[in-house]
Amino acid sequence: MSVITLRVNGGAHTVDIDPSTPLLYILRNDLGLQGPRFGCGLGQCGACTVIINGAAVRSCITPTSSVKGEITTLEGIAKDGVLHPLQQAWIDEQVPQCGFCQNGQIMTAKALLDKNPNPTDAQIREGMARTLCRCMTYYRVQAAIKRVAEKSGKGVTA
Amino acid sequence: MTPFTKIPTHIEDLLELRNGATSRRDFLKTSGMLVVSFSAAAVAAPFVAGVRAQAAGLYPDPNFRQLDSWIVIHQDNTATFYVGKTDCGQGTGTAFRQMMSDELDIAYKSTTCIMGSTDVTVDQGGSGGSDAIQTDGWPMRRVAAEARRVLLEMASARFAVPVDQLAVSDAVITVKVDPSKRVTYGELIGGRRFNVVLTGNDINATTGLAKVKAVQDLKIVGLSPQRYDIPPKVDGSLKWAVDVKLPGMVHARNVKPPVAGAKLVSIDESSVRGIPGFIKVVNKGNYVAVLCEREEQAIAASRQLKVNWQKPATPPFPTSENLFSYMRSAKPTSSQAPNVVGSPDAALAGAAKVVEAEYDVPFQGHTAFAPAHATADPSNGQMTIYSNDMKSYGLRNGVAQFLGMPREQVRVVWMEGPQGYGRTAADDAGFEAAYLAKEIGRPVRIQWMRQEETAWDTKGPAFTFKMRGALDAQGNLTALEYNAQSADYYHLGYNEVETVLIAQLMGTRRATPAAGSAATPSDMYVIPNKRTATQVVSLPLVWETPLRTGNLRDPNGPQSTFAAESFIDEMAVAAKADPVAFRMKLLTASTADDNGFKRARSIAVIKAAAEAYGWDTRSSPRAVGTGNILTGRGIAYTYRGQTVVAEIAEVEVNRRTGHVWVKRLVCAHDCGLVINPEGLRRTIEGGMLHSLSRALHEEVQFDTEKVTSVNWISHPSLTHLDTPARIDVVLVNGDPNPNRPDLPHYGAGETSCKPMIAAVANAIYDATGVRLRRIPFRDARVLAALKGAGV
Repeated sequence: MSVITLRVNGGAHTVDIDPSTPLLYILRNDLGLQGPRFGCGLGQCGACTVIINGAAVRSCITPTSSVKGEITTLEGIAKDGVLHPLQQAWIDEQVPQCGFCQNGQIMTAKALLDKNPNPTDAQIREGMARTLCRCMTYYRVQAAIKRVAEKSGKGVTA
Repeated sequence: MTPFTKIPTHIEDLLELRNGATSRRDFLKTSGMLVVSFSAAAVAAPFVAGVRAQAAGLYPDPNFRQLDSWIVIHQDNTATFYVGKTDCGQGTGTAFRQMMSDELDIAYKSTTCIMGSTDVTVDQGGSGGSDAIQTDGWPMRRVAAEARRVLLEMASARFAVPVDQLAVSDAVITVKVDPSKRVTYGELIGGRRFNVVLTGNDINATTGLAKVKAVQDLKIVGLSPQRYDIPPKVDGSLKWAVDVKLPGMVHARNVKPPVAGAKLVSIDESSVRGIPGFIKVVNKGNYVAVLCEREEQAIAASRQLKVNWQKPATPPFPTSENLFSYMRSAKPTSSQAPNVVGSPDAALAGAAKVVEAEYDVPFQGHTAFAPAHATADPSNGQMTIYSNDMKSYGLRNGVAQFLGMPREQVRVVWMEGPQGYGRTAADDAGFEAAYLAKEIGRPVRIQWMRQEETAWDTKGPAFTFKMRGALDAQGNLTALEYNAQSADYYHLGYNEVETVLIAQLMGTRRATPAAGSAATPSDMYVIPNKRTATQVVSLPLVWETPLRTGNLRDPNGPQSTFAAESFIDEMAVAAKADPVAFRMKLLTASTADDNGFKRARSIAVIKAAAEAYGWDTRSSPRAVGTGNILTGRGIAYTYRGQTVVAEIAEVEVNRRTGHVWVKRLVCAHDCGLVINPEGLRRTIEGGMLHSLSRALHEEVQFDTEKVTSVNWISHPSLTHLDTPARIDVVLVNGDPNPNRPDLPHYGAGETSCKPMIAAVANAIYDATGVRLRRIPFRDARVLAALKGAGV
């Protein structure tokens, strides 16, 4: 066991854990977050995605001790009570079916748009290709990303 | 007794949060009291917020013949609906609110809906069979209409005017001639019971004295309010079943047999005693689980536990490569007497042309996006299971039987979970959590691992088909033989104990298992001579097997329709006819129709799909081009219950790689009265793409002792890369009298799954001239077929 301090969504949390524990279990079971979820534990589906240093990271295969930067989860992307444009687009487009994967869809899309605010359709497909949805909401996910990208192109901050 | 008594407050708050701002807890906070009882014997008593009874109590069945079990009107003039269904993500909760708000005459935004928790909501069976709107929507509408009737009578007494001189709008009743005389529903009954007894032989027949409104009088039905469950799903605030945490809760993981049919010989518990937080190994028969204080500890222990297993003497099943030859040579365990129309043998013998074809569909799994999970609390000698089980009522009954507990001591609190579609019809994790919690006397959370879920979840049955068709000299389809064989066994689907893996591993068997079934085609074609036959075969191992069959979305429909609608296309090719025109000729050969006008509506959806696509009339295949990318289009049509659907797929086939991209999809869909058009469109899209994944990617692969497709690499699924560039959904109302006041609402959760695979196969044929008769159409299989045909 060892004491580790994690910076998450603007706060700091100290936990005493086995440092090899995947970050996902610490976020969920010790910090009480529920945006990132277990889907495969293999880094293959994206349900557990968080953003660290601007990159979408699969927390289910990330040892907690390896995390150096600020962690942002789905709970942390709204600002001052206003949903992130992607979250709003997800509601406007009525994207989810069951919704269980949508943490991964939204967080992966955020990392994508933060790097490239105006992706082409092909770039959206490529950028989202490893983020799975078993209700197959891909068509609406892509539409919602395009909504935000188009607004961004007109000068609205994504 | 109040809803959710003894559910920890933080969970209750979040259960309520999903249901919108005007929640029952908001009501509690503002009004300080709530009077609701779900027991006919219970005496209504004021309930003060913050002084919740925590004592043990039984969990009676809410009485569906009491209006109070369905609807509560609050003092702030809002209403809560309690329904015995669950929402697997198709927005049925929103649709229920629309239907019930409309009948009650209350604004949609002033209502909430509580679903599927067994001690709080009447038993409507949970979800399954796409019956939520089609079947369960009717008692919901009738009880809401009855509440409106009773409220109008109360207002009539208050104002001393007849009911017909009252007007009602948005939960406010006024006297027509003097609108200053007004009273709200909340003023009339808020916080008090209706005490109105309903009638009806069963829950589906539940009714009061009031009649439901004519379709023309519905104002909320037909609009598309946004789903209330989506905001908490995108801001991270929703409490899912996986998120339940209870004081003293421990974590469990299963240790599955390494090969199917293995018998446990011994367990070396010393192999895991050194793991921090280790509590116990639980074992009965071939069921093994480890319990630890923390989740990662339980995962480590499950991997580290040394268990000695004995392999079975004979292989439990053939390899997936040999599955279809095994099935074709196996002796059926059951056969249905063929359904014969006319004289198919004579018609085939006298035909100008006979076409024969065989089709194969492998086992396909649910492979839910998250593995099975549940949390169980054994406090006070009772059992509460926090579960995403779409059939929560069946889980309650099954667990009570499994544990030998009275039903009244068991309840299931339904919470959201991943991808319903039938997986929890045999809710392994719900049973396991309850069993383990009872064993150790502490709350237990269990979750399967990905490899475990993909290997051991319930599977849609594999099928082989043999088809024969006859054309006369004019290209008319004069005879059709359909012969289907499924690999199925004891496939029920309502949490019957023996269908659940933990019970099987502990040795529970049913003496006379259900036979399983093989589906027949669903179409309105007029074919003068037909023979339809089905058989079921078993694999050598039928219990404790990872090839356990279960209800996978539209059970057996995608399989049978793949064969049936591919073969109709083959007959159209043989007749050198356009695939749409060929089908229309078969549909219009008679004017006889059923009570739901399925023929007329079938014709309407095919016309609508062809028009929306811009279908050019010609026979298939098109002239195969010279470039790498070959394009084509295919159609398939079917019905499910009274919902009819036609789908057109446009494909690009890469002749160098064998890769298939379905570039465009069109769906024309008629499910009668549409409750929420935007919600329906998304459900239809999801259903189409779910079956597209089955068409292109999904197959359970196995050697002779275990499943080998166990994660998202070895068991691929549809991805963003496969997504069509364009999907058009056309909502059709093909009823001959589309404006009739009693237009029914049919189910829509599964129909769009059904014809998709055939539409894709037909499009690939149109593009390439190569007929694919075995799914999935993975690149290597398509490429081999193209090369084999010299394309």
